[in-house]
Amino acid sequence: MTTAGHNATASEREESIARRRSAISRYLGHRSLVIGGVGLALLILIAVFAPLLTWHDPYMQDLTSRRIPPIWHGWFYDNPKAGWLHPLGTDPLGRDYFTRLVYGARISLFVGFSVVALSCVIGTTLGVLAGYFGGRIDAVISFIVTTRLSMPVVLVALAVVSIFDGSLQVVILVLGLLLWDRFAVVMRSVTLQIKSQEFVTAARAVGCSNLRIILTEIMPNVANSLIIVATIEMAVAIIYEASLSFLGLGIQPPLPSWGLMLAEARPEIFFAAWMITLPGIALFLLVLFVNLLGDGVRDITAPEGRA
Amino acid sequence: MTGTRDDAPIMEAQGLTKTYTLSSGLLGKKRTLHAVRGLDLDLRRGDILGIVGESGCGKSTLSRMLLGLEAPTEGVVRIGGQPVEQIGRAALSRKVQPIFQDPFSSLNPRKTIESIISLPLRLHGIGDAASRRREVREMMERVGLPSRVAKGYPSQLSGGQRQRVSIARALITRPEIVICDEPTSALDVSVQSQILNMLQELRDELNLTYIVITHDLAVVEHLATEIAVMYLGRIVERAETERFFGDPQHPYSRALLKSVMTPDTSLGIPELGLGTAFPDPANPPPGCAFHPRCAKRFEGCDRIAPVPVPRAGGGHVECRLFETPEAAGLPDPAMTKER
Repeated sequence: MTTAGHNATASEREESIARRRSAISRYLGHRSLVIGGVGLALLILIAVFAPLLTWHDPYMQDLTSRRIPPIWHGWFYDNPKAGWLHPLGTDPLGRDYFTRLVYGARISLFVGFSVVALSCVIGTTLGVLAGYFGGRIDAVISFIVTTRLSMPVVLVALAVVSIFDGSLQVVILVLGLLLWDRFAVVMRSVTLQIKSQEFVTAARAVGCSNLRIILTEIMPNVANSLIIVATIEMAVAIIYEASLSFLGLGIQPPLPSWGLMLAEARPEIFFAAWMITLPGIALFLLVLFVNLLGDGVRDITAPEGRA
Repeated sequence: MTGTRDDAPIMEAQGLTKTYTLSSGLLGKKRTLHAVRGLDLDLRRGDILGIVGESGCGKSTLSRMLLGLEAPTEGVVRIGGQPVEQIGRAALSRKVQPIFQDPFSSLNPRKTIESIISLPLRLHGIGDAASRRREVREMMERVGLPSRVAKGYPSQLSGGQRQRVSIARALITRPEIVICDEPTSALDVSVQSQILNMLQELRDELNLTYIVITHDLAVVEHLATEIAVMYLGRIVERAETERFFGDPQHPYSRALLKSVMTPDTSLGIPELGLGTAFPDPANPPPGCAFHPRCAKRFEGCDRIAPVPVPRAGGGHVECRLFETPEAAGLPDPAMTKER
């Protein structure tokens, strides 16, 4: 019996080493995780080091060099105005487009992270409380969530922003206070699931308080789902910010928000389509990377989380 | 084990009742589920009481009440003569500890083995970091865990090892009573006997008292000193292990004993004579709760609830067959329908 036990433990040990090794190779082999992670990291670096990447000021207007096309117009269409001074051209006020895009990444990322931080705190608190305590608390919180779900986000955001005037702070606050529903719903169901596990009963049986059980037994086990929801919500928040700014109710000029740049380029669409496509591509890439990262995290944590 | 009979019971339950209200939707009628119905229990130091019953008979509700995790609707649980509500959560947890059925859900997958086992010590502020560490290592050795797994996570252990971690966590604060809810049913057959033998050894070393809850008579046959058979929230028969296996009296106990599978395939799957009328705790039958499935029922079983009749040599049986001498002598029931 004992030798069998030893063999079993030795093989188990090898197995666990092999499992860890295969986990690392799986992370690296997961294409969407790698693309999303690297892409997002790159955009964050660009946003952080924006002043080092460009020699222009994003707010500096130069009326002598308006609507300069991007560099490839010089290569392919022999447009003499295109040049390395403004690699992605200038807008109708003569501001360097590359600089504005780079600084715009700061706004999008800042809005994304702040909104997620705010809505995550609200939604997770409500969801975990509802799932853990159940009963009447659950009924009340579920009612609040349903109420929130029945409010159209864009309309409420538009109304609030038009009352208080758009600004970065107002946009973040409004979106943060509106976008917590998915956190609450997901956290509630995950908490319900974790709560029924016997290790929670065991913790209660050794005398842990509810707060301690939530913080040390429940929270570490819901972290995966939290990351996944956070990436989804971040993408949503970035899109909403762009939409509000596009409608003129979000970030106000002259701040270089990508949504605002799209709005400002609208009259130019037939003459300088690149003014629309460039911020559009930037927005598309950011949201894509965030979503890919979220998908990757979900794929990697889902099967292993059970073991 | 019977020598300590005269001592005051270490744990005692009187008239223990737990009902749950089931509501079926907003407009649905509210129904009452009787999980445990007026159950009496007493346990003496050093006893190993095996509680046997099929799923839905209230075993797990009983264990949760004995652990103080759920308040009984009626009745009282006393430990060392003191009602559990008065003992207080922290002190109670150092008297009674559970061991769970499923070693895969009973350990937090995000914590190291060391941190799982030392949690009760840290929670109750016992010792300093170094002494806790020593204590954990010592307990790990006692339950047969190699010390190198201390820094590992539950997912790196086998089912048997996990169950050993679970046992180490339960015993680290030296409780007096351990309630094992199906301690081996989730384990491989080869590991089951190891765990059962270890529980036996630990009882002798640490002077423990066990309640072993199971649906499998084979588990308690060698481990338990006493057997209690539960049916729909009541203990229908209780006796010392040897007497129980030698002379099961309640018709349900007999059926349970017949249900034990043997490796001899020529015997086939045993026919229990229990029929297919599964007990519904939300709607217990009138009279004797077992009568719809009983092969020996007779006139009145569906109206008159049986009372506990003492068994020779301790324990009781709750069946009308034994209430009157002439009833016990009845031939096979005239009132039974053909099956």
